Amino acid sequence: MTTTLTRPPSDVREPRTRPAPGKPRRQTGRHLMLGGIALLWLVPLLWAVYTSLRPYSDTAQHGYLSWPHSLGLGNFTDAWNQSGMPHFFWNSVLITVPSVLGTLLFSAAVAFFVSRFDFRWNIVLLMLFTAGNLLPAQVLITPLYRLYLLIPLPEWMSDSLLLYNSAWGIIAIHIAYQSGFCTFVLSNYMKTIPKEISEAALVDGAPVWRQFFQIILPLCRPAFAALATLESIWIYNDFFWPLALVETGDKRPITSALANLQGQYFTNPNLIAAGALMTAIPTLLVYFALQRQFISGLTIGSGKG
Amino acid sequence: MSSAPLAPKSSRTRSRARRLTAGDRVFLAVVIGIPLAALLFFVWLPALASLGLSFTTWDGIDLADIHWTGFDNYQQIFGNYPPFWPAVRHNVIWLLFTALLPTPFGIFLAYQLDRKIRFTRIYQTAIFLPMVLSLAVVGFIWEIIYNPDTGLLNGILNAAGPGHHIDWLGNPDLNLWAVLVASGWRHTGYIMILYLAGLKGFDPALKEAAALDGANGRQTFLRVVFPALKPVNVIILVVTVMESLRAFDIVYVLGGGVGSKPGMELLSLLITDNIIGESSHIGYGSALAVVLLLVSLAAIGTFLVQTFRKEDQ
Repeated sequence: MTTTLTRPPSDVREPRTRPAPGKPRRQTGRHLMLGGIALLWLVPLLWAVYTSLRPYSDTAQHGYLSWPHSLGLGNFTDAWNQSGMPHFFWNSVLITVPSVLGTLLFSAAVAFFVSRFDFRWNIVLLMLFTAGNLLPAQVLITPLYRLYLLIPLPEWMSDSLLLYNSAWGIIAIHIAYQSGFCTFVLSNYMKTIPKEISEAALVDGAPVWRQFFQIILPLCRPAFAALATLESIWIYNDFFWPLALVETGDKRPITSALANLQGQYFTNPNLIAAGALMTAIPTLLVYFALQRQFISGLTIGSGKG
Repeated sequence: MSSAPLAPKSSRTRSRARRLTAGDRVFLAVVIGIPLAALLFFVWLPALASLGLSFTTWDGIDLADIHWTGFDNYQQIFGNYPPFWPAVRHNVIWLLFTALLPTPFGIFLAYQLDRKIRFTRIYQTAIFLPMVLSLAVVGFIWEIIYNPDTGLLNGILNAAGPGHHIDWLGNPDLNLWAVLVASGWRHTGYIMILYLAGLKGFDPALKEAAALDGANGRQTFLRVVFPALKPVNVIILVVTVMESLRAFDIVYVLGGGVGSKPGMELLSLLITDNIIGESSHIGYGSALAVVLLLVSLAAIGTFLVQTFRKEDQ
């Protein structure tokens, strides 16, 4: 923790509208409490890091709760090489990138429709999308599983010749399911764009598609940044859909493949820790780099409805 | 489906709607039509199909083999399916635990962090961090802690006094609580971030007024801040209920990845038990899904009413 304390104070303070009157009080007790809680919250993660850095022979000999005799990245290279992680990471990319782009495009279109035009069914449409995202995935899974077994795909799309067992199927359900949340957020965002902007474009005779692509979409860039961050992490992290809808292990993304590896390496917690941490690295990088976007995506969606 | 609702509402919009050319209408029909079709086909059709299939028996192979059986499946799961009531009880325990411990704790942390103190962002980052991890990863991290032979928890207990060999995830009296701790670890940060966003929108003058009236921190929160944040409270309630109903991944991973395990049955796991692998229980799985759906609809309805009430006026 101490290495992080060197941040400039302007960075750690929340921007507030009102300056505190007088000198700030000493907050030692509060810092002890909050620091203790924060540290406690990090313990499971730090324990996983510690375990993953120790060779199996070291822990087997001295026990897990012991001082290290050697530390190294051996478990990480082993997990990377032995369990085909590069392949599963690539599967995750192939699923996450199209899913995020598709979700944003679809929900931007629906949000544009319901927020810029006063059609009678707008509220119903918006509710249909929002409620769809709130349904528990398990409510959909039985018929979806059977549906995917019935839908044929050409061979160039899926070698199973079905929507089942193909990345396309996973992308499709991600887009359909996540559109609800993003539509909700984007429609709230688009409502804050003054109507005069699009009305001016209409008076100028600009067709609606140009309004959408050239005026509204560029103005929504901050909302897109927030949602793209949030959705990338969510979709990358999801492992229920592939678990139910992809049968063969080698087509699964990293998170559900990880669940598969459990049986394989059950006896080696060091290796499992390394694999789990490597799976978490992309989300942690995105989170640390784009923390502001991530949190604003989460809160404009749920906090300020 | 998209040309029908083109009737405009007010005279102001009528003049605008008339300006829509045929090309504009086609464009609008496409932008709403394709996402709507995807939503209806991949989300709402399966949801309704679950409802329909819950009144039938089906082996899951040939569509012609679907037979109507009325409420048989429901009678079976209520009366004759041993894991059902334990699963309901566990879902209720899950909800009560989450609503009574991690949720208030997250609110408490948000209230503590929503002030001008140093390092507040560092504290927030640490406590919110578990929320960024996949539940699969969270499951493995806690497995390394709970493992009866090699885990941190038994290691600490044995260092304090030897002879402990507690199978945290295997003992049916303990494993649900072990999983709940892991789940609460994640949920606290989520609630904290949501509540912090709500507190940012809170008028600090109200807090000052309460302080001038001599209210202490606890009174200010309970009497002034908490009641004023009703919309956020509703969101947090809905999030807590939905997360408790949806709980699946973390139990699945900590249960060893083989479906439900004694002591950790949940409705969501029973549904997947009945559709993956075994093909003859689709009716069961669907009836369980409908039970889950009906309970969720109460939460979804609350959320929609809260959210759309102001727009409906």
